[in-house]
Amino acid sequence: MADIVSPSRPIPQPGRIFNRPDPKDAPTEDIRERVFELEEKGEWIVQRIPEPYATVETKYGRTKKIPIEHTWHHKSCGQCGHIPGYSTSIFWLHRELGLDYNDPRDQTSCTAWNYYASATSNAPAQAAVAMRNFAAAYETGYFPVIHCGTSYGHYKEVRNELVHHPELRAEVRGILAKMGKPMVMPEEIVHYSEWVHVMRYEIAKRQVHDFSKITASVHPACHYYKLVQEDAVYDPEIYGGQRTAVVTSLVKALGAKVGEYSTWFDCCGFGFRHILVQRDFSRSFATLRKIEVMKEEANPDVTLTHDTGCVTTLDKSQFAAKAHGRNVGIPVMSEAQFAALAMGAHPYRVCQLHWHTVDYKPLLTKMGIDWEARWKEFEADLQDLRDGKIEFMTWERANAS
Amino acid sequence: MPSPQTVPEAPEEEKARLFGQVKADMRFKDYLLGCYECGICVAACPSARFYDFSPRRITQALAREDLDLIWEQMNSDVWDCSQCFSCLRCPRGNNPGGLITIMREVAVKNGLHSAKEALEGYGRIIYKIMSTGTQVSPDMIQPDAFPDWGPDAVEVSQNLQLWRRALPPETLHTTSTSWDVADKTLSELYLIWHLTGVLDMIGEVDSSLHMILVDVMEEALEDQGYKL
Repeated sequence: MADIVSPSRPIPQPGRIFNRPDPKDAPTEDIRERVFELEEKGEWIVQRIPEPYATVETKYGRTKKIPIEHTWHHKSCGQCGHIPGYSTSIFWLHRELGLDYNDPRDQTSCTAWNYYASATSNAPAQAAVAMRNFAAAYETGYFPVIHCGTSYGHYKEVRNELVHHPELRAEVRGILAKMGKPMVMPEEIVHYSEWVHVMRYEIAKRQVHDFSKITASVHPACHYYKLVQEDAVYDPEIYGGQRTAVVTSLVKALGAKVGEYSTWFDCCGFGFRHILVQRDFSRSFATLRKIEVMKEEANPDVTLTHDTGCVTTLDKSQFAAKAHGRNVGIPVMSEAQFAALAMGAHPYRVCQLHWHTVDYKPLLTKMGIDWEARWKEFEADLQDLRDGKIEFMTWERANAS
Repeated sequence: MPSPQTVPEAPEEEKARLFGQVKADMRFKDYLLGCYECGICVAACPSARFYDFSPRRITQALAREDLDLIWEQMNSDVWDCSQCFSCLRCPRGNNPGGLITIMREVAVKNGLHSAKEALEGYGRIIYKIMSTGTQVSPDMIQPDAFPDWGPDAVEVSQNLQLWRRALPPETLHTTSTSWDVADKTLSELYLIWHLTGVLDMIGEVDSSLHMILVDVMEEALEDQGYKL
């Protein structure tokens, strides 16, 4: 029954375009100016955005540079651990577009999931972790791009704390000196979804599946656009400039419909500590305030988001809700996986959809992807791995037809 | 979380001492600017929909320096917060979620019962992030830990080794960490935990975990030539 529910109340679309304000009227300082001032005073090195880069507008009308390539990929522990097709799709997109990137081993998690969950850390430790990773990126010559929304938001918090508290900078500098690492602050703190946003038309040029019959709802990630909100990307052509443009801009570029729903501002229910040890809250919030509302108001084929915790919570919470007969059943994935599918990526070798919980096969069928044939190919890969014919999946094999 | 009825008694001096620690945090002045009592933070708050929880009440208690209420909240409410930071919608510019982070930190640092209770069952996650540098490794998806994730959790755990080898990026062929973290990188992380007092914080809430972490880290740091 749940699958045939039609939108009960169409959500009005904005008629007015809300242009960005003049940056000089912004309610917050442009922290990047302070970052450069500190470089002039010899406090740290500012790692510049490499050429080529694109420019975008942020919430208060400022311009932000987004690097196209030569990027150091700050991976997400939740993506790599539980949703590996998320990270793999980001890398695959770079490879398909012929863009140079670095996937480092000299990288730790930002550790912010634990910090927001348990508070078993403190500001100096969190700042030192961030600056160790930034220094590691600088040493390679590649510019950091951050996969996780929480890492992105937290690193912006850390940047503010370091700029405003000289005693914190001194403490972190002392710690890095013991490791022989320099103090480096990137010119911009960049989330991968901003890269997808600026690359969306290049992705669309290479689209091999027709998405015109696909409806996608978008869940914007809290730590992307609420935490240090002035860095988030906005575009007057997306939601009339009223919400962050990332993710939705890709949906539109690929010719899919945007499934509008009223609780877009609500969080997914992840809760950091809650998703691990108090999931009654996460399950309830994810299904009652997000999935069921999307289902009733937009009945989308898929929900897209751009953060680790949101994919996990919105996807995994639906199993228990379904067992209780709730109106759920929307596949969930990142927009990077959605983009990769559009460009013909293998749904299992690249997008790794078998790690996801809600049934995504009707979506693949609607996209024109023969999931049964693709699964057979992947099963053959698994057999070759079992038989020792191959040790690991390779990029070459992932792209073989 | 403990209900306010079960909040332990404490002398006024102790309540004042803990509030003093909250107030001394370098972020406190940036996060608390006053309160209009408009309730916008509560309207945006997911935890307020499911718990007897209010970011406004917490902000007000701190603004008024209401020691009894702050003590009660540190022993109960603060652990209900989802840390989504939807409350940053505050028109006054407060950061209730950030204030809660500070209150939690003080609760952990002082080994409050609420912190120990909130982190029950969470020790393995602290161990994982502090000792491996990645928080949620593939091998943590076990059916007994995630029964509500359905049969997929069983399938992932049964096929874990094989499925991880079926990932194209070379850094992801791991099961006990989310990606392959270099040894030197890990030692540098351990050095951070040591030098910033984080290990001492763990000791306040879980002495056994603290001992294990110290063992793991001291050996690795010595191997890399660090003198503590």
